[in-house]
Amino acid sequence: MSQKVRLKESPSQTAGPYVHIGCMPNFVGIPHVYAADLGTQMIGDETTGERIEIVGCIFDGAGELVKDAMIEIWQADASGNYAGQNGAGSQENREFSGWGRQPVDLETGQFIFQTIKPGRVPYADGQLQAPHVTIWIVARGINLGLSTRLYFSDEASANANDPVLSSLDEARASTLMAGLKDGQYQFDIRLQGEHETVFFDV
Amino acid sequence: MADRPMLSNRDADWHPEAFTPAYRSSILRSPKQKLITLQQSAGDLFGPVFGHDVLGPLDGDLIKNFAKSGESPIGERILVHGYLLDEIGKGIPGALIEVWQANAGGRYRHKNDDYLAPLDPNFGGCGRVITDDNGYYSFRTIKPGPYPWPNGGNDWRPAHIHYSVFGSGFAQRLITQMYFEGDPHIKRCPIVNTIKDPAAIDQLTAKLDMEHTVPMDLRAYRLDVILRGPRSTLFENKLEGN
Repeated sequence: MSQKVRLKESPSQTAGPYVHIGCMPNFVGIPHVYAADLGTQMIGDETTGERIEIVGCIFDGAGELVKDAMIEIWQADASGNYAGQNGAGSQENREFSGWGRQPVDLETGQFIFQTIKPGRVPYADGQLQAPHVTIWIVARGINLGLSTRLYFSDEASANANDPVLSSLDEARASTLMAGLKDGQYQFDIRLQGEHETVFFDV
Repeated sequence: MADRPMLSNRDADWHPEAFTPAYRSSILRSPKQKLITLQQSAGDLFGPVFGHDVLGPLDGDLIKNFAKSGESPIGERILVHGYLLDEIGKGIPGALIEVWQANAGGRYRHKNDDYLAPLDPNFGGCGRVITDDNGYYSFRTIKPGPYPWPNGGNDWRPAHIHYSVFGSGFAQRLITQMYFEGDPHIKRCPIVNTIKDPAAIDQLTAKLDMEHTVPMDLRAYRLDVILRGPRSTLFENKLEGN
């Protein structure tokens, strides 16, 4: 039996400063090509779950705001299932795609996601994880998209038993914790330096 | 538990490192701490699903999708096509590929781009396609121009098209750039050279494809894009036991 040659994953290149043109053209004043930018609306009337808003900024190693990034989030629905897990076109899928995409504001650097709080999903060993949102960040100067996770500070008991959080020391784990303030979950991302956010290799 | 196969690990030597000082923007935007390795679970192996209904009829035709009726953008007409495959060579169907690029003069339609070259009133610079049942994709566009960029020296980007690619699992998510065979700027570009292995750079370099060129209309370029695939399991274990 001959051994098939395994291909290599295409290497990553930075998204550059103009990622909006391809992924959110309406946001940068290229109207009428796509009806709407994908991922801007995650929830509808039919979506089950607690409505939440996530806001934050991204800072570089000099503490400066990153103003040209794009962020994607991916999460389970309120009952802990990912879109597609129960078969494409399932009821759950129609009500909640689980995927959102937003730019950071070109002037203020702030991002905002309106979504629902996800349910708990099992880790590889079957142990339940605390509710969390996967976050993927691309921008000029980022050579390979950065993956991190947002956890909710008001889920103390679930967080205490989470297999990923438990594997990190307390100071590092705290970089993944979104605090509730004025009805919004605040989640700042620090690419480098003091309180650098934990990034994952999955 | 996830009922999809685990994905291979990313090859950190094949991808660019985070800190690549010749590409100056990476200096302050590169994490210094090591990435924390996670075991894969359902959230990594499933991903957003896009139906063909998200596409408009001209989404994959950058020659037409921004042009005024009866007009066309300036530039070399090209077709870009290929397969989206996983590492074991299997086509990935139903996957969304989004592309963006400068116009033929090297200017982006973006408020932050103030390069001297003019905007083209008939070119927007964005397109998107969904792969067919075999993982095949194609789009029509005009060849983008090279352009200078502020990196501290006399740096020019080779002509390139940005790709944003979704697989079936979110851990396959990839953004990269496609270059054109024979472009003398490829080997001079600090962004290209964040990739160390020339074979990896070649993997992003589309080849002129005369076979699919449309006579008296446009030339074709071929680029296959590869995403992470299933981990080798039994077969490899057997090899290890030799």
